[in-house]
Amino acid sequence: MAVLVDRLRKRFGDKIALDGFDLHVPAGTVCGLLGPNGAGKTTLVRILSTLLTCDGGRAEVAGFDVATRAMQVRRRIGLVGQHAAVDEVLSGRQNLELFGRLYHLSAAAARARATELLDRFGLADTGNKAVKQYSGGMRRRLDLAAGMILAPEVLFLDEPTTGLDPRGRNEVWAAVRSLVADGTTVLLTTQYLDEADQLADQIAVIDAGRVIAGGSPAQLKSRIGGDRIEVVVHDAGDLGPAAELLHKIAAVEPEKDVDLRRLSAPVRDRVAALTETVRALDAAGVPVEDIALRRPTLDDVFLTLTDGKVSA
Amino acid sequence: MSSLRWAVADGWTMTRRDLAHWVRQPAPVVVSLLFPILLVLMFGYLLGGAIAVPGGGDYREFLLPGMFVMTMGFGVEGTMLAVTTDASRGVTDRFRSIPMAPSAVVVGRCGADMLNSALVLVVMAACGLAVGWRPHGGLGATLAAFGLLLLLRFAFLWVGIFLGLAVANPGAVTLVQVLVWPISFLSNIFVAPDTMPSWLGAIATWNPLSVTAAATRELYGSPGAAAGWLGVAVVWPLLLVAVFFPLSVRAFRRLSR
Repeated sequence: MAVLVDRLRKRFGDKIALDGFDLHVPAGTVCGLLGPNGAGKTTLVRILSTLLTCDGGRAEVAGFDVATRAMQVRRRIGLVGQHAAVDEVLSGRQNLELFGRLYHLSAAAARARATELLDRFGLADTGNKAVKQYSGGMRRRLDLAAGMILAPEVLFLDEPTTGLDPRGRNEVWAAVRSLVADGTTVLLTTQYLDEADQLADQIAVIDAGRVIAGGSPAQLKSRIGGDRIEVVVHDAGDLGPAAELLHKIAAVEPEKDVDLRRLSAPVRDRVAALTETVRALDAAGVPVEDIALRRPTLDDVFLTLTDGKVSA
Repeated sequence: MSSLRWAVADGWTMTRRDLAHWVRQPAPVVVSLLFPILLVLMFGYLLGGAIAVPGGGDYREFLLPGMFVMTMGFGVEGTMLAVTTDASRGVTDRFRSIPMAPSAVVVGRCGADMLNSALVLVVMAACGLAVGWRPHGGLGATLAAFGLLLLLRFAFLWVGIFLGLAVANPGAVTLVQVLVWPISFLSNIFVAPDTMPSWLGAIATWNPLSVTAAATRELYGSPGAAAGWLGVAVVWPLLLVAVFFPLSVRAFRRLSR
């Protein structure tokens, strides 16, 4: 296990940030921590990267206890926090050489590593400019580069694309994928469901300091019923007959949205269900405005899980 | 042994980071050098004519040792600004997550700020010589005086580090920048404290800025010098270090709570 978290607890005054948090991240995988603001994501990352002490429970990173073997942990991790934690006055290259020296590389090795990382993160041309003049995406890429001077075993990314435009986000995603290809284990926190979907092998959905659901993106989606077929009829009067047809095909009663003239039902065999539905509606002479298969998004998962918790 | 070696090496790396700032962004350093010169000119030539030196003598000869002390006092805000800026931008966290000597953050700050203050003193001394200030004591006494000034700066370093960590808000630096003024005026830097109401004069006399100013005036043989403050000028800064060093260590540890 690259990251092992066992009943971790942390409170700030009256506020409980982590309430018996459990997590296992196998080496070489990407784990996405998905949750709203204040769920405890950042607190967990700060404890795992030795910046915060915990109040109870236990955590190991790369095989070392974060509380008692902090220096061993620091040699094996990279941390990319919510701010681009780089020196704004210095150039990108100077930043990387500074951090290289602090990782105890020789001057020559730090210089070589800086060149390598600037190249890899597409900053070779702007390496000598002051970071102040960088765009948001460039800063974040420099921040990523600084987090992997020593090619870390475990990389912590705390909301790495918050505040970036779509282009900056794609740049960061590409950089993360290239790290993963080299075998780095990544623990990623995000509020963006598509980001977890794009990058993570495993997702832990967290709320109020606990993991409330876990699994692969596909497993989580299947928990709320798999794919659905949606039919929008032209006339509200056709909703009844169309619903009967759909009921036969899906073997469950479809959900009906009268305002949108929309029917929706879960299906197992996507393509067969789609062809059957089109044929049946056509044969019955029901005019259709739209018909589509929809995969559930992680938004659906998250809303379903947290709604369930609120109503329980 | 090797961990001590790394502590020194990492501290020096952090100091070099600040020196690189001077090169890439010289404006703040230049201002920190020129502003005290402006004050010397303002007080020496605009206001000084109306101020009587205790025991008589040239006002600028009286003023300069006080200005040396005041520039050491300005160091508090410089240190505090650097510490809060790193803390608020997450740079301090990055350093704390790196397997470097944890002391290096502070050692580097100390190295850079003491170098900056030594440079400021060289420029101020040159400015002083240009406006008529002279060290009348021997070489040893003159060096001892500069040593006392740097000792005071070292004490203020810890005040600045503590405030920077405890307040952790770059906006609060403005408050310190404002407070430096009444604290400097409540001293013997510009006028003799016995011209003040007696209770204020007593506070002004024992202000650590006054104590170092009195001791350095004695060492430089400046007009208005009073004997007997050398010992206090060593004890006061050490006392400040004794209070603010542990407070700074505690504030640094509290970052992980």
